[in-house]
Amino acid sequence: MGRKLDPSKKLKKGPGKKTRKQQGAETELAKFITDGNYPFPSQKFLFWRFSKTRCQHWFTDENSKWLKPSKRKRKIDEQESEDDSDEHWEEEDDDEEEEEEEKVVEKKGGKDQQKKGVKGVKKEADDDEGDDDDEGDDDDEGDDDDDDEGDDDDDMLLPIERAAKKEKKQKKSKAPDSDEDDDDEEDEEDEDDDEEEEEQESDADMDEEDELKTNIDEEDKFRLPKPEEGLLPLDLKAIYQRIKDNIDLLCNFSTKREEGKDRADYISLLKKDLCTYYKVCFLPCMVLVCFFWVCLYVFSLNPDLKEFMDANEIHRPVTIRTNTLKTRRRDLAQALINRGVNLDPLGKWSKVGLVIYDSSVPIGATPEYLAGHYMLQGASSFLPVMALSPQEGELVLDMSSAPGGKTTYIAQLMRNTGVIVANDANAERLKSVVGNIHRLGVTNTVVCNYDGREFPKVMGGFDRVLVLILVSFCPSKELILSAIDSVNADSPSGGYLVYCTCSITVEENEWVVDYALKKRNVKLVPTGLDFGKEGFTNFKKFRFHPTLRLTRRFYSHSHNMDGFFVAKLKKFSNIIPTAPPGNGKSFSATEAPEEKRSKSDKTKKTVLNKAGGLKQENKANGTAVRKKAIINSKGKKELHTGPKKAKVAKMDGETVKGTEAKKATDDGKASKAVTKEGSRFEKKQATKRKTPMKAKNRMGKNKFNKLKHMLQKQ
Amino acid sequence: MRPLTEEETKTMFEKLSKYIGENIKLLVDRPDGVYCFRLHHDRVYYMSEKILKLATNFSRDKLMSVGTCFGKFTKTKKFRLHITALDFLAPYAKGFGVAAKSTQECRRVDPMSIVVFHQADVGEFIRNEETLT
Repeated sequence: MGRKLDPSKKLKKGPGKKTRKQQGAETELAKFITDGNYPFPSQKFLFWRFSKTRCQHWFTDENSKWLKPSKRKRKIDEQESEDDSDEHWEEEDDDEEEEEEEKVVEKKGGKDQQKKGVKGVKKEADDDEGDDDDEGDDDDEGDDDDDDEGDDDDDMLLPIERAAKKEKKQKKSKAPDSDEDDDDEEDEEDEDDDEEEEEQESDADMDEEDELKTNIDEEDKFRLPKPEEGLLPLDLKAIYQRIKDNIDLLCNFSTKREEGKDRADYISLLKKDLCTYYKVCFLPCMVLVCFFWVCLYVFSLNPDLKEFMDANEIHRPVTIRTNTLKTRRRDLAQALINRGVNLDPLGKWSKVGLVIYDSSVPIGATPEYLAGHYMLQGASSFLPVMALSPQEGELVLDMSSAPGGKTTYIAQLMRNTGVIVANDANAERLKSVVGNIHRLGVTNTVVCNYDGREFPKVMGGFDRVLVLILVSFCPSKELILSAIDSVNADSPSGGYLVYCTCSITVEENEWVVDYALKKRNVKLVPTGLDFGKEGFTNFKKFRFHPTLRLTRRFYSHSHNMDGFFVAKLKKFSNIIPTAPPGNGKSFSATEAPEEKRSKSDKTKKTVLNKAGGLKQENKANGTAVRKKAIINSKGKKELHTGPKKAKVAKMDGETVKGTEAKKATDDGKASKAVTKEGSRFEKKQATKRKTPMKAKNRMGKNKFNKLKHMLQKQ
Repeated sequence: MRPLTEEETKTMFEKLSKYIGENIKLLVDRPDGVYCFRLHHDRVYYMSEKILKLATNFSRDKLMSVGTCFGKFTKTKKFRLHITALDFLAPYAKGFGVAAKSTQECRRVDPMSIVVFHQADVGEFIRNEETLT
């Protein structure tokens, strides 16, 4: 009830939701060839033309009768579902079945088919003729009028189309049409591997879901528009269709690719389409790339693309949380119903949540609200506190508490015992925290206005800490390290940190958690949330610690809450490592002739810090600093470069500095102050951070110089 | 954050006693611990001693609120009670209004009516959110 309700969309019963999507050119083409009387296909190539004549309507569920999925012989793992899915499909004509084999051939030549479809329709529009032989002439006409995308392709494909027609007529097995493979090779070839991995994984998953396989098979070969054609902005529907096709192709890259086309081409087209489609809907460009890749992965597992994208555009339903300090959920529900509010319990996973469908009174102004019986709170905000599960009498820190929903939830779980420190960096928003705390009758809270990174300095030794990253560009790595440093690992009942974000991008979620795992003595533990999708351990070029599976991701379309990510960490030692875990002793300056190279990214921040510190101490030139670093280095394994390692080692213990200075991409204040003298080093460090391999190479260089200097010294 | 002076304590307790009478001592000596009043930015906060100890860690300009705010002292050193104190006053309430009459209104009113002086109401949580802190 609280979900979006779209009566115009008639979900086809059957293999799955994808059946109501575009079925593919094969079916259309078959109809065209056999019947000669066609409605238009839903090809985007035709759209331009037909929009002119206004006889073209976009593919909708209403077309599902004549746009049928064709039975195809699957190439890879999907053969099992084929039989099952076939049973579900409606087969109106036997002719279609006959066409299937031909369609298989035709499918391989996706472009051709589409072109055929285009031509066929054009013919129909023009001449109402269904002869394939005449397609050539009509195609030319059609191509001229057609979408910019189609023009050059039509010309190019004419010979191929003819060949395909011959094949079709002869019912021979498909010829490997190289032109048909439209695949954009990504700039990062690793992505191909990842895609394939994901595809393999997704194939395994799809074995369980019949509709997935059938849908993917039925998909037309997606063809890229030529660069010179430009991207003529079509109707939103056309763009949406193109997006879908593009993503489906990318999800099944190896099967649907066109030779000669890089993944990058498809990706760029997809990006442009997404920007166009969602500029109406505020898809921020900065997040687009990350979002895009997550989309790909999500869709490879669950190709409800339309649902996902639509879900992101629609607001989630209003949810409230009962304040158990003052009332009970059923009493509150009764009172609100008496006022004319239509509500339901939020779900099995929450005992205090209620979802509001509609209300005759303003929900934020009822006497119950003013009496503090409930709090307006998004469903996703329940999750971090449930994961944190604070106990009575504990000392809890909420690092980003505004507007106060989570803080008050923590307080009600603790029954107003213990102490909560509610912090937020934004003083304006803190007022709402104070207001909500007082309204809900919370008495054990201290509200303060610090930057989260200051926290271990201001106060530490918390039993539990909750960090929520709201904005994409806040320094999440520094924040998580500060949060970890604020936790007391020796706490009798706690030692937990919950890190969560309102984001689905990997860079803000798994990457940050993985970073924390390397930098501190923490480990991931189960969140206690039994629903939600597991976090990624592999994504694009990232490879994360396997325990990242214990984190949880929540998506708008599958869980009906805003996109969210939750990770729960337990700190098992208060010592802050500058070495890899296992070498937990605090660093003392000992002399070492050489510094070993390190592969981990762990010391990047401390490296920077150390560089700064050393520079502050010694205003000599670079070499002098390096020498000193060499002398002072401990020869730890994990350090990237010789001199930097030494600096890192020396600065051990100054974690706060480290947290502030570490991020290269972050506010440059600390780093700027530090890097004036050693900008050279900073840059090197920054560049080194990106790829350890490159850093390694550089280290070799420095190592040599270092040795040289040492020898010179001696 | 500092303890209240004698003057301030007196002013505040006078105001409170209009609502809860002599039960003020119940506010201070509670079975679950010792509670105290502290002044911070002209506002009076009511908190347990546990929180008091921790609150000293925070610098004055960064600290926004501790425990529960009862009210604030105006520039003329009068004490104004806030709606946020309701939860603590309600259990001990005796009457709940301060009667005041202005001469003009009293003329128009019938002898048996009660004129109530508005002190605070629940709507202030939303209306005066900015001024709660």
